Amino acid sequence: MAAHSAALSLSKIINPFWGGRLGNTVKVRHRCSVFGTTVTSHRNKAVLAPPPAKYGGRHTVTLIPGDGIGPELLSHVREVFRFSCVPVDFEVVHVNSASETEDDINNAITAIRRNGVALKGNIETKHTMAPSVKSSNHLLRTSLDLYANVMHCQSLPGVQTRHKNIDILIIRENTEGEYSSLEHESVSGVVECLKIITRSNSLRIAEYAFRLAREKGRRRVTAVHKANIMKLADGLFLQCCREVASGYPDITFDTMIVDNTTMQLVSNPQQFDVMVMPNLYGNVVSNVCAGLVGGPGLVPGANYGRDYAVFETATRNTGKSIANKNIANPTAMLLASCMMLDHLMLYDHASSIRNAVLTTMNGTRLHTPDIGGQGTTSEVVQSIMKIIQSKGQLTAEL
Amino acid sequence: MAGSVWRSLLSRAAARRHALSLASFSRGIQTVTLIPGDGIGPEISTAVMKIFEAAKAPIAWEERRVTAIQGPGGRWMIPPDAKDSMDRSKIGLKGPLKTPIAAGHPSMNLLLRKTFNLYANVRPCVSIEGYKTPYSDVNLVTIRENTEGEYSGIEHVIVDGVVQSIKLITEDASRRIAEYAFEYARNNQRNSVTAVHKANIMRMSDGLFLRKCREVAENYKDIKFTEMYLDTVCLNMVQDPTQFDVLVMPNLYGDILSDLCAGLIGGLGVTPSGNIGADGVAIFESVHGTAPDIAGMDLANPTALLLSAVMMLRHMGLHDLGNNIQTACFDTIKDKKVLTKDLGGNSKCSEFTAEICRRIQDLA
Repeated sequence: MAAHSAALSLSKIINPFWGGRLGNTVKVRHRCSVFGTTVTSHRNKAVLAPPPAKYGGRHTVTLIPGDGIGPELLSHVREVFRFSCVPVDFEVVHVNSASETEDDINNAITAIRRNGVALKGNIETKHTMAPSVKSSNHLLRTSLDLYANVMHCQSLPGVQTRHKNIDILIIRENTEGEYSSLEHESVSGVVECLKIITRSNSLRIAEYAFRLAREKGRRRVTAVHKANIMKLADGLFLQCCREVASGYPDITFDTMIVDNTTMQLVSNPQQFDVMVMPNLYGNVVSNVCAGLVGGPGLVPGANYGRDYAVFETATRNTGKSIANKNIANPTAMLLASCMMLDHLMLYDHASSIRNAVLTTMNGTRLHTPDIGGQGTTSEVVQSIMKIIQSKGQLTAEL
Repeated sequence: MAGSVWRSLLSRAAARRHALSLASFSRGIQTVTLIPGDGIGPEISTAVMKIFEAAKAPIAWEERRVTAIQGPGGRWMIPPDAKDSMDRSKIGLKGPLKTPIAAGHPSMNLLLRKTFNLYANVRPCVSIEGYKTPYSDVNLVTIRENTEGEYSGIEHVIVDGVVQSIKLITEDASRRIAEYAFEYARNNQRNSVTAVHKANIMRMSDGLFLRKCREVAENYKDIKFTEMYLDTVCLNMVQDPTQFDVLVMPNLYGDILSDLCAGLIGGLGVTPSGNIGADGVAIFESVHGTAPDIAGMDLANPTALLLSAVMMLRHMGLHDLGNNIQTACFDTIKDKKVLTKDLGGNSKCSEFTAEICRRIQDLA
């Protein structure tokens, strides 16, 4: 606690730039009651979180390159961070998707427990392997109890799409539902797969959704379900949402069946504000929304748990077909890294990188092929770094 | 190995039987069981009957009402005269049926599905020229397994606060739907079939579904077979729907995707749908609701039921007749002079119907 305040006053002397930011952190400090507790102001709640992995003023973040376009995009992120002198060190953990054992992913999980924050690419799941080999990505999410997947879909002015003015916040339950991986072959030729919905997890995700909606000043939360068919399971989810909604009278709550939701999304997506849903519907809806705003290369995603946070692209694509061709869109991964910087309370670095990315997207309109442009990944990253440099902050050599 | 040979022999025999029965359609009048339904159902059914009369279609309609009645032993079933009529005619056309909430009986659609073992739900989605949506050139078909999957209805409360819902995937049902999908693709000159799944997460269940699709694909080498994750399909569908042709998938994904595709072409008011059952039964239906607020006011749009009836004609082998009626309908919409309210116009259902009848007579 003392070290924390000493660091704050020291930094105030070194860099008056941070003066405004300090106001926030001072407020934050007053809310702590016990040594070792921290408050993440953007989540607006006091939690008993592990102390941050911050050594010598520099944060340590676990980096999992993954497969496909993951490694190259993450190396670009590191390049931009190094260039902007972001005080973040990466601990790289490789996960081999072809291995039969879970050693690699367990190492990654341990590293994230140590550091508290991770940035990852998607790890491929070879479903030709035996069913006992589970999806590494899913194992990571459940072991670290990253119960909320948050994705903010916003229309970008520089990207040509069929629908305009989309601004949807999607909160998806990330650990249970259809992804429980509980399957068995009861009789030869008959397979049963269990979908689990629990009251505690549903309450938790609904609480998260409403709290986030209030924090961001959103007016309406829509729960997406299929309770007309799955009466008990989705019925329980809806009931929990309604219970939580009663505690937030300033926010309108309504529900919509998932098939109607997808139909409404492709015809009139501007009607949606915040959406909360179980795991599988979240998968469908988040991919539809990502497609509506311009594709998988544009939207960042975040997985939050009580103690840990992992950042990645929203649609979790491996992108094998475009790997190593220098045509992948770095926007999603860079914006995810900005979300991570916000989580680490390095707000100024986050804003400068984010502004540079959005200026390249909307201002100079340097686009990669997935959104109809001719630029390469490296050109886009160079442009971003030039814009960061032009803003006058401390940067390394270009 | 021998099993698959035997099975392909059986399917070829079934195709020949189907072709023979098609021949009988063109010779005489085909009886079709018509279930008008509730709400706007009766008026749109009347509209379709009028249009078919104008087109001189060789169809004899047998109207039946369908409500849930409790049979011996307390089991819910549809009225026996409706069941008999359908068993005889084998072809049905159905309007929207309402399911009252807390009625104590399952939904009417579910009852029909169980009674006739309707295992495949087919929804062709084609962009309608003249009814503008942000997506043009959509031309795909979604084929959805209709009996099992996530809609098995088996749910338990394990302990207070924990609910388990069971998704059932069986070898037989997966093979049956895959075979239907490939047969459909072949009969309708489609180039490729894509299986939609989430086998990276649901390894055993969707893995079984995929394996069966792959096995069936071996017997249909002339048709391209691909597999794609559900999320990738959703992502690509809203960006470029022209890359998809025939999609085959289990129940829940089919429900979501078929409604997504309906949204692409303009909604449930213009989307046809067909349900194929075992024993050659086929029921074609409009998938929109009963719209009780406009029932009886001559404002309803009969397009969905009409296009489903056209699907029915194609199923019976009467392709020319089907094409004529479809052209008349699309031309009327393209012309924009006589449109119902939901299509953006101001005309009544009867006026819309009359205009289509006029065009059919001009085409003849």
